Amino acid sequence: MTMRAETAGKLPASTHSERISAFEEHYRSARNLKRLWTTLYGALFLAALVGSILVSDFSITGLLIGLPKAWNYIAGTLPSLSLSNFWADLADWYWGINYWLRLLVETILMGFVGTALGGIVALFLCFPASRNLIDNTAIYFVSRRLLEFFRTVPELVFALIFVFALGLGPFAGVLAIAVHTAGSLGKLFAEVNENIDPRPIEGVRAAGGSWAMIMRLAVVPQALPNYASYGLLRFEINVRGASALGIVGAGGIGQDLYVAIRQFEYTDISAIMLLLIATTAIIDITCETIRHRLIGQDLTTGH
Amino acid sequence: MTLTITHGEIARLRRSNPEIFRRPLAERLREWGLWLGFAALLAFGLWWIDASPLRIWNGLSKLGFLVVLMIPPTDGGAFLGYCYAMLETLAMAFLGTLIAAVLAVPLGFLGAKNLVPNRLFHFGLRRVFDTFRGIDGLVWALIFVSAVGLGPFAGVLAIAVGDLMVFSKLFAEAIENVDRKPIEGVRAAGGSGIQTMRLGVFPQVFPVMMSHVLYFFESNVRSATILGIVGAGGIGLALSDRIRINNWDEAAFIIVMILVTVAVIDNLSRRIRMRIINADTGRK
Repeated sequence: MTMRAETAGKLPASTHSERISAFEEHYRSARNLKRLWTTLYGALFLAALVGSILVSDFSITGLLIGLPKAWNYIAGTLPSLSLSNFWADLADWYWGINYWLRLLVETILMGFVGTALGGIVALFLCFPASRNLIDNTAIYFVSRRLLEFFRTVPELVFALIFVFALGLGPFAGVLAIAVHTAGSLGKLFAEVNENIDPRPIEGVRAAGGSWAMIMRLAVVPQALPNYASYGLLRFEINVRGASALGIVGAGGIGQDLYVAIRQFEYTDISAIMLLLIATTAIIDITCETIRHRLIGQDLTTGH
Repeated sequence: MTLTITHGEIARLRRSNPEIFRRPLAERLREWGLWLGFAALLAFGLWWIDASPLRIWNGLSKLGFLVVLMIPPTDGGAFLGYCYAMLETLAMAFLGTLIAAVLAVPLGFLGAKNLVPNRLFHFGLRRVFDTFRGIDGLVWALIFVSAVGLGPFAGVLAIAVGDLMVFSKLFAEAIENVDRKPIEGVRAAGGSGIQTMRLGVFPQVFPVMMSHVLYFFESNVRSATILGIVGAGGIGLALSDRIRINNWDEAAFIIVMILVTVAVIDNLSRRIRMRIINADTGRK
């Protein structure tokens, strides 16, 4: 900044070559500064890289030994399917299909109920957490921090605590998902609220509406499609998350996957994983379609 | 002059365009049906997981008991040990993200529609990218712990494999959104293929990729904190141990440590991201 000011000051009196040399000097110093930053970032990156390699026992030999092992493991989980005896082999591979499907339904339900409960909590917390809807700084601050706490504590930690407090089973998992969802959806909802058109708010206020009425009649109708879209996105994430919660005993198909992996029931692992992949893919595609329709509707009927 | 409207006029308007005063029955029915279905599914789900007010009440009193046990959080004299475990967590997240990002660059180029114009190949590769997203990082960690043994190495691999496909997809999208003009400019000035990549594509793609990578690093720090629960190293191992032996005050200490670390990393990474994006827009 000062550099530019100096050269600019000199400009009227200076000759052509002086101006060029001033420009070149400016260019050189800017380039040097940029190089300095690049070197600094590079050094920082190298330090972090070396540090992490040291701390995490990562080594090329480890990788060379580990990767084939991992590959063998994955290859070992694949079943032996023969063409001549295909259906019998398939039935053998998916011997537990009824049981697994039931667990899969449970996993999806856990994701759904967790998202719904968390979404309801988020819906109540997002209005006081929107800066344009609340004047009281203390309430705003408290609700923002509460949402932050909900989403920063890992879901699995909540699950561990709830399993201890409520016993094994999907109920603990659902609560863990709900708490985490309330935190992340609450933040997203609040961001939606902060971007709405303020005119309907003025309108309801001018007509004598209370705070709750403003939220219901001016804010929610504008923000609902976005809420739904974020909720669906969270549902996709939560079904995936619910499949892992079983590992700590919080219900769902993760429990059976955990047992299969621990007891080296190789073909069961691949069978369950394929089921999971198929389920999440179907849910992803369905939710994406609905989401596009919601947002599309919002655009066509828009304000 | 005041604008007035008589009841007769309202009645006339109501007759001439009823849909303004009342939405069509079919639409209202559909909306009610949707809400009803939602409520029914929720009720069914609650019944399935055996949720009852009594259980919640009992659970709450137990949770209150736990909170009392958690206060005050203490480090149990193992603060340095926790710090090292936290470093391990950060290292796992860093290395895992880095490996995934480096491997995803060639995959991203392969998956970009404008570079590999084969429709079928593009579609197939994208589906592969999508498929692997269906598996949670913790499940990958379980598998790699079984395959390469306990320790942070398994965690690094789990994070790398879990992120690889998502990165590939994001990178492919970044490459597809590249502006053609600088590429043509470099080519017109006589640049070779490599020079076109370096001077035409790279400066456009790099900031986008970096901001994705940093964002994923943040999220991986969060997920790396829990990978230890299945034995993949890091602070999660210490945490699940403390919970298993009911040392709740120490567990609370570790949770607070996680919260602080995540907040610090988020802040740092957000600053770097802003810098990269600003530098990028500044150049333009």
